[in-house]
Amino acid sequence: MKHPFIGLTDEEISSMLSEMGLRDINELFKDIPQELFIRGELKFSKPLTESEVSQIIKNILSKNIVLGEVKLFMGGGVWPHFIPSVVKEILKRSELLTSYTPYQPEVSQGILQALFEYQSLMAELLDVEVVNSSMYDWATALGESFRMAKRVTRRNRILYPHYISYERLEVARSYTEPSHITLQEYSQSRIDGSVDLEDLEKKMDKDVAAVYIEYPSYLGFIPSNIREVGEVAHEYGALFIIGVDPTALGIFESPGRLGADIVVGEGQPLGLPMNFGGPLLGIMGCRMDSQLLHQLPGRLIGLTETLRRERAYTMILQAREQHIKREKATSNICTNQALCAVAVAVYLSLLGKNGIVELGKQILARTWYLISRISKIKNIQIPFSKAVHFKEFTYRVEDKKAEYILAELHKKKILAGINIGRFYNDLPETILACVTEIHSRSDLDVYVESLKEVVEK
Amino acid sequence: MSFRQARWSEPTVFELSRPGAIGVDFPEMDEELQKELEKALNEIPRELKRQELSLPELSELEVVRHFTRLSQMNYSVSTGMYPLGSCTMKYNPVMNEELAYSEKILNAHPLQPIETIQGCLEIYWRLEQILKEVTGMSRFSFQPAAGAHGEFLGCLIIRAYHEDRGIHSKNVMIIPDSAHGTNPASAAMAGYEVKVVKSNRDGCVDIDELEKIVDEKVAGIMLTNPNTLGVFEKNIDRIVDIIHGVDGLLYYDGANLNALLGKVRPGDMGFDIVHLNLHKTFSTPHGGGGPGSGPIGVVEKLVDYLPSPLINYDESKGIFYLDYDRPKAVRKIKMFYGNFSVLVKAYAYLLRMGGEGLRRVAETSVLASNYLLHKIKKLRGVTLPFAPESPRKHEFVVSLSRLYKETGVSAKDVAKRLLDYGFHAPTVYFPSIVEEAFMIEPTESESKRELDNFYESLSKVINESYNEPEKVKSAPHNTAVGRIDEVRASHPRTMTPSWRIYVKRSGKL
Repeated sequence: MKHPFIGLTDEEISSMLSEMGLRDINELFKDIPQELFIRGELKFSKPLTESEVSQIIKNILSKNIVLGEVKLFMGGGVWPHFIPSVVKEILKRSELLTSYTPYQPEVSQGILQALFEYQSLMAELLDVEVVNSSMYDWATALGESFRMAKRVTRRNRILYPHYISYERLEVARSYTEPSHITLQEYSQSRIDGSVDLEDLEKKMDKDVAAVYIEYPSYLGFIPSNIREVGEVAHEYGALFIIGVDPTALGIFESPGRLGADIVVGEGQPLGLPMNFGGPLLGIMGCRMDSQLLHQLPGRLIGLTETLRRERAYTMILQAREQHIKREKATSNICTNQALCAVAVAVYLSLLGKNGIVELGKQILARTWYLISRISKIKNIQIPFSKAVHFKEFTYRVEDKKAEYILAELHKKKILAGINIGRFYNDLPETILACVTEIHSRSDLDVYVESLKEVVEK
Repeated sequence: MSFRQARWSEPTVFELSRPGAIGVDFPEMDEELQKELEKALNEIPRELKRQELSLPELSELEVVRHFTRLSQMNYSVSTGMYPLGSCTMKYNPVMNEELAYSEKILNAHPLQPIETIQGCLEIYWRLEQILKEVTGMSRFSFQPAAGAHGEFLGCLIIRAYHEDRGIHSKNVMIIPDSAHGTNPASAAMAGYEVKVVKSNRDGCVDIDELEKIVDEKVAGIMLTNPNTLGVFEKNIDRIVDIIHGVDGLLYYDGANLNALLGKVRPGDMGFDIVHLNLHKTFSTPHGGGGPGSGPIGVVEKLVDYLPSPLINYDESKGIFYLDYDRPKAVRKIKMFYGNFSVLVKAYAYLLRMGGEGLRRVAETSVLASNYLLHKIKKLRGVTLPFAPESPRKHEFVVSLSRLYKETGVSAKDVAKRLLDYGFHAPTVYFPSIVEEAFMIEPTESESKRELDNFYESLSKVINESYNEPEKVKSAPHNTAVGRIDEVRASHPRTMTPSWRIYVKRSGKL
């Protein structure tokens, strides 16, 4: 069989077999019990050509209707953002794309330095000293952070906010249940999303390993007393974990300065496409504290020297990891999202300190514009209306189901948001909408006008 | 053959920073947006406003040049042969990248209405049908982002299965001493106590010992087959009987499936759960450490426990949909539905190969591996531990301990010197049951010429080890940088995990 992906020609195969004193390749499989072999060939397909496969896949994908063909205002864990061509171009470099984990650092300085720069750029943005070179997504980073908090503090309970992302909480539970960590909710204000500090204090004791908060929250508001939440956590010797959407951090104070011991978050909005929800990029970092550092899961790249004292990069603190520590490792993670981290390094290098501030302003202005226009439509309520929102916000229409509103707007070629009512008893029939720098003024006006038509219908 | 990797002495982006430079532009905001922005900035409490931010500033060209230079200092499958054992570094078809860059994927949001994402769901569904046939499993979940992530999910499913049957006492997972490190780490993360079963003289699971350690507390066993020595566990039927005999489950780590594609299926061997590494076996690029994809397949009795959603087809309506109505499902382990763009690449690869092509992959990858073994085991200082007469599969592990005793040159030294000859090194010091282990996996992608070149280079390195050992011990010489000071890299006083720490340490900017 000739195939472009198979290296050996029939002639080469014959000559190799005869050199080995064999007549048939199948002699190399003779140690496998006969009854285990498949009879005949797998039937799913015959080998197809490049042009055939390309056509098949394009045909299937043509059934999607995506951003560009419709206006899209959906976030909730993965957000539409503009991606500069440079980011895509660098990711296509096959020297980076087709390399493995840099187990041989001397020939892998490219990916190592790029990942070190990702860690370093993200560390600046978050204002912590250490960021690992990636987890799978925000949700798995969250689960890992809870496990890490238990290992560091040897305590068993973790407190999370009422308006947490339901899906992230679900994933985190997958991670925490096997190690018997109890998760407990604390209250937030319906008016502005601020944390009910009294309720939080009531739940604090010497068994609380960590207090977690999202910033901005899953629903887009900034919890105004976030600093106090960290102070309460620290008062009881618990760790403070902040989960971030990093696009907010050009405008809003850094998690580091707000007292975070561990920071998690989602890197997708910094240069990665939505890709139907994956690959994403789990951000995970911490203060430079030896106890935290040694319990941090995931790959870490360090700047160091060669034996001849040139500058070089390599994986560090591998003794935390599964290939050395096996069942005693900090985590099982091996393959991560390295190339996604490189994308973020390129994106942040392009933006620089002025770009990330400008990105924040662009998003902030549009968020406020849309909220202010929508709130003027009659029968529309904006929960947490007293809070500062960034990128996302919620609304509900009195006497109309969220599904109805979304379906009607869909007819007008607007994917207007996510129905989040089913996740929160106190937010029935509520829509989570997302607005970013990709939305033009006229996109926003079309949203408002269309919503108005649907509401007044 | 001479090899010289690019050496750029490339500064970090922080050192390249020039105040005022920028690499992107933004639309100008009109008056209305400006007004809203000012309102917003006034509303943000002062203590929540960003105080300081020190990201570097570069022009677009500077960013392009910087990362292009970095990429030139990175060895890859596109650069040359990458016989890294257990990692299946086969060719990553270029067309798959182009397909994955479709706007129809890049711009698809996972929570869109079902009728707007039929294309994505159909790819899930079709890929699942193929993987079911390839493995002999009943259904798959595509949530895991990597092999280890799949292992973790597999362990959660094993627990759910037992607990659903009212069995709460099973807290032991059996793992061979030759297993990948992720296996015990995943089992431990899922709350299991790990019991190690030793390998026998053939490099296979020691059946007598297995019988001794298996009791009612055993939830399952995690195995690769062929194992990490490249040896097929021929007593797999005995292992299945022993584990099933205590109502345990068999978990198949698919890292080594390349050797058996289209010939033998994990399901037919008796495994209950399988994870596949799409970034190994099915050619999706590894990206220097990810993103990968580690879908989990299970037999019929475990389908109910796969996490939601599953992707189903409603024949009456003619649509694909996400099925969340599955009360016994374990919780999700990842946001949304997994690494979709990776799945598209694997699907394209599978169509290119077809059933016949997959079988050819197994045969030629096994031939390439045994051919190299045939030549390499004759080299001075090289020995083949465990079952020397038994053929290996897609990879093999030789020991360089004799070489080390005779010359002082270690497996690590040989690995570093091979880099000078333009090859990536094999996996070294794994599995740990082999001293000075040297684990070679050539894959089906390489030509005979390339295999011979690799052999010749290794042979030269071995000769150098006897004649001029210092040259090998001080290698590599032709790479972007010389040998790394690993001790300094992880020493508490010199460890530098970020630029911020570097600046602090060196007291300069």
